[in-house]
Amino acid sequence: MTGAALLAGPDPRDGAEGFAAHTARLGALPSGRHGLIDTLERAGLRGRGGASFPTATKWRSVASRRGDSVVLVNGAEGEPLSQKDRVLMESRPHLILDGAVLAARATGARQIVHYIGAAHAGALAAMRRAINERPDAERRLMRLVEAPQRYVSGEETAAVHFVNDGTALPTALPPRPFERGVSGRPTLVQNVETLAYVALIARHGDAWFRAVGGGGSSGTALVTVSGAVPAASVHEVDGSAVIADAVNLAGGLTSDSDAVLLGGYFGSWVPATRAWALPLDVGALSKRGLSLGSGVIGVLASSDCGVEMSARIAMYLADESSRQCGPCTFGLRAIANAMRRVATMQAGVDDLAHVQRWAGLLPGRGACRHPDGAAIMVRSALQVFADDFSLHVREHRCIVPAAVARAA
Amino acid sequence: MVAQRITVNRIACDGHGLCAGVLPEMIKLDDWGYPIIEARGVPRELMEHARRAVDSCPMLALHLEDRR
Ligand SMILES: Cc1cc2nc3c(=O)[nH]c(=O)nc-3n(C[C@H](O)[C@H](O)[C@H](O)COP(=O)(O)O)c2cc1C
Ligand code: SF4
Ligand code: SF4
Repeated sequence: MTGAALLAGPDPRDGAEGFAAHTARLGALPSGRHGLIDTLERAGLRGRGGASFPTATKWRSVASRRGDSVVLVNGAEGEPLSQKDRVLMESRPHLILDGAVLAARATGARQIVHYIGAAHAGALAAMRRAINERPDAERRLMRLVEAPQRYVSGEETAAVHFVNDGTALPTALPPRPFERGVSGRPTLVQNVETLAYVALIARHGDAWFRAVGGGGSSGTALVTVSGAVPAASVHEVDGSAVIADAVNLAGGLTSDSDAVLLGGYFGSWVPATRAWALPLDVGALSKRGLSLGSGVIGVLASSDCGVEMSARIAMYLADESSRQCGPCTFGLRAIANAMRRVATMQAGVDDLAHVQRWAGLLPGRGACRHPDGAAIMVRSALQVFADDFSLHVREHRCIVPAAVARAA
Repeated sequence: MVAQRITVNRIACDGHGLCAGVLPEMIKLDDWGYPIIEARGVPRELMEHARRAVDSCPMLALHLEDRR
């Protein structure tokens, strides 16, 4: 249930593992040039930045382009409910750097850009120190860029845009980063956790990856558990773990809970009755129409109202839209305003129907997938909190009195 | 011949909705005037109108792309 792959070794709370200790524990970095992409494919490694995209497929599309490419290491971690990328950067920076070097070799890159959230001071310091510990030949390829603290900064085209000219806004597709990214070169954008896993799979092989997943399809995963637990915390679990296990690792429930937000602000609300037994495995979740996203498990406390919480997240996502595309700019704003009216007992009769219809108009209608993610959260909220929504609208009542004051 | 589909550069599009007037069979407008484009390939009998819609977009935001 608890995995010890990424966070195996010294206690992560003791800070960053240095280069010497890392090498002594895991052995030198294998050359990885030959067959690594095939190994990653056999392992079935998928991205940990939110979209669960097959890693080998992405590497192949970059490797097949002509000319030098670039590896962009994504440690922006803009998701407010996630801390796992930070914990990884602060405790195992050399796993990430190993993965980045292997990615550079396999895709023909001569530049590695570490793109790390400007607000994540501990992670920045640990990564800077780790880069300086690497052999000269590797260090020369690397630079570190601080990502502005906005939700969309970590979106891949926004990351490329910022590295190129200091504007962290998504750009229109095509070209996709793998076609033309940093300095116009084919660019591999990869989440830090994904790269850390590459470092382990290159050493231990794909059979090891499948075994360490505890019967699941996706190895272990870093999850951030927050909400109705003693404190938000990061844990490593394998595919045999269920959400209840993750909650227990975080210290157990501090109150009753009706629902869990799985995957982050782009994720789905899941009723608690169904959530506790859900396996934390990418494949098993996708069969149920769910996604682990960036590994967020947000447990709704009994002192919080799902309607108010969802309205708040919708407002945040509307505020964080880069306001470049009409459907995202106006659609998200309209949804957020209507949801706030519901949460503050000022809803009109049509507000819920409007939210439902507008949410249906978001997917696939932005330059990036910000509106798609928001739509997933909104539609799941309408479903899971259906009774609460109608209570707010029809009877101007909330079952959580404390939440009413907060919404206002 | 490969069927082509209509794509829009969402950042360039300013939502004035000219396209929906030229090709109402495949393009509707949302509550804010931004196009909702049918994902299917353009049928042969609408190809002429689709080309005209693409050419009439003042922001050069519409494109005909080979279907993927
Ligand atoms: C609005 C938005 C914000 C994103 N923020 C992040 C982020 O902070 N960190 C991250 O790794 N991926 C983020 N992503 C996903 C990236 O676009 C990209 O898919 C990911 O970095 C690829 O790495 P992976 O395949 O290893 O997951 C974001 C996507 C969207 C649409
Ligand atoms: S979809 Fe939204 S967040 Fe993404 S680029 Fe367009 S306006 Fe910005
Ligand atoms: S004509 Fe062009 S700019 Fe106007 S709505 Fe259609 S796609 Fe957008």
